[in-house]
Amino acid sequence: MTSTLTPSRPRPPAQPATLRARRLPAYAAPAIAVAAVLLAAAVVYGAGIGGPVLVVVIAALLYLVGLFVATNAVEGRRSARNRTWSALIHSAFVLAVLPLASVVWTLVSKGSERLDGNFFGTSMNNIGARDANGGAYHAIVGTLEQVGIAALITVPLGVLCAIYVVEYGRGRFAFAIRFFVDVMTGIPSIVTGLFVLAFWVLIVSPWFNDGRPSFSGFAAALALSVLMLPTIVRSTEEMLRLVPAPLREGAYALGVPKWKTILRVVLPTALPGIVTGIMLAIARAAGETAPVLLVAGGGASINFNPFENNQSSLALFVYQQAGEASKYSPARAWTAALTLVALVLVLTVAAKLLARRNRLGR
Amino acid sequence: MAKRVEASNVTAYYGGFKAIENINLTVEPKTVTALIGPSGCGKSTFLRSINRMHEVLPGARVEGNLTIDGQDIYDRDVDVTAVRRMIGMVFQRPNPFPTMSIFENVVAGLRLNGVRRKSILEETAEKALRSANLWDEVKDRLGKPGAGLSGGQQQRLCIARTIAVEPQVVLMDEPCSALDPISTLAIEDLMFQLKDKFTIIIVTHNMQQAARVSDRTAFFSIEKTGDPGRLIEYDNTQKIFSNPSQKKTEDYITGRFG
Repeated sequence: MTSTLTPSRPRPPAQPATLRARRLPAYAAPAIAVAAVLLAAAVVYGAGIGGPVLVVVIAALLYLVGLFVATNAVEGRRSARNRTWSALIHSAFVLAVLPLASVVWTLVSKGSERLDGNFFGTSMNNIGARDANGGAYHAIVGTLEQVGIAALITVPLGVLCAIYVVEYGRGRFAFAIRFFVDVMTGIPSIVTGLFVLAFWVLIVSPWFNDGRPSFSGFAAALALSVLMLPTIVRSTEEMLRLVPAPLREGAYALGVPKWKTILRVVLPTALPGIVTGIMLAIARAAGETAPVLLVAGGGASINFNPFENNQSSLALFVYQQAGEASKYSPARAWTAALTLVALVLVLTVAAKLLARRNRLGR
Repeated sequence: MAKRVEASNVTAYYGGFKAIENINLTVEPKTVTALIGPSGCGKSTFLRSINRMHEVLPGARVEGNLTIDGQDIYDRDVDVTAVRRMIGMVFQRPNPFPTMSIFENVVAGLRLNGVRRKSILEETAEKALRSANLWDEVKDRLGKPGAGLSGGQQQRLCIARTIAVEPQVVLMDEPCSALDPISTLAIEDLMFQLKDKFTIIIVTHNMQQAARVSDRTAFFSIEKTGDPGRLIEYDNTQKIFSNPSQKKTEDYITGRFG
């Protein structure tokens, strides 16, 4: 009766008589893959138009088409679409992982050549173009000090700023902070280097240095801080917003003051995410070359003092060694790159473990 | 311990929206009072204004007079945290702190307010968990995370957490709506026991529950969407459910509302 009043309602699809349907045998997909590879190889090498890469590309396309046709014939249209899309998604995953695997492989294979005690124990002081020795000790010291100081400056500042914006900020001031943090995210690293060069190296540092401007690792740390700050503020902000409001209310309802609720309930809950954001910022800063080159100047000898004289860093070391006219320098550059990646990896894993120790084991 | 709560002409806003208007109600010490009414009628808003949780939301404010044993809790000189320590609250969804163990959850109110002595904390935790009928279930795993308990256990953990700070009044905002009947029964039993020490005000959508647990019942309602909620009738629970004096109350409890 009511259905006559609403004639436009779509009808449900007809029910199949049985729930069972014909299925491709389990060996079908691998068989299609093998056939696709063989066919592609025959075409490519038979016509002499390419190498193994082209074989893989053509085989992948043939596999997708073959899979669709075979499934369509046996299992039907819906099932064919499902299988083809699954295959496409898996291919996309492989495509995304390939460059990563390639980078890791290149770094390890080329970087292992100079992976010796000498590399980690000496600097480039008095190393000429014909010397096979020389290492990145001074650059490792520089990276650790610069990134360490930058983190000391930025982490408290960034986290407090995010807490202000999320928990306390109302109105225009908080909006302005968020806006400028967003703008800061887009600043190219060379610009932060120029800013610190103009502000710190040329104007402030002469006060401490008998009137002459001076490069220093601290200046590099300042430039890296400018780069790290927006990343840390934004990621911490997102993590704090993810903490459910009922948790805050639960603490308020116990008579806990707001600042203590933030310190003891909100921050611990968001901690793993905040640590991840901080590590991303540190990894980005550790890989920066331009600001370090502009304000720390680089250098060949070991300088433990970040407040005076030139310092190098691993990224800068890679840049300089890669461009040097010596047959020994490319190997040093590769090993320094491997060291940098390993350093960031170790720091990230350590930070994650520390953050997790705080959570409770089940 | 338990105290009298008096509301006179309480009106609450969310920004420009008036959620409740001119609520007048007195809750006697050591009783259970149920607030019932259709969704959106302002029961929860009223409940949250009793321990100043309403103003946590941006733009929310309360007008009128709310006193606890004669003290105005909205007085300028009143410390909000002191009010909330005196008037505890249990929420609709159990919200144990995820980074804390069962033990730490129960003593969170004490610990975050500066109590450090381990003996005091342990004593309070056991007492609160026993009062919440949870001790026997968790005594062997106090160090495990509070979030690992079942929903009903989590809610009793939250009740234990609330009574561990020894409030005078306990507010409950639909404490059983996310729970199964067995856990609901456990919490209703608990309310009977807690009545000896605390004044309890509970918001519930379940009228059988209101009839079972409460001494007095307040019926809230709205004319239509967008209007402020008003208190329609407030009387002994038995009277409300057997012989209400207002037509609206009768319509609501007999299911003929709206």
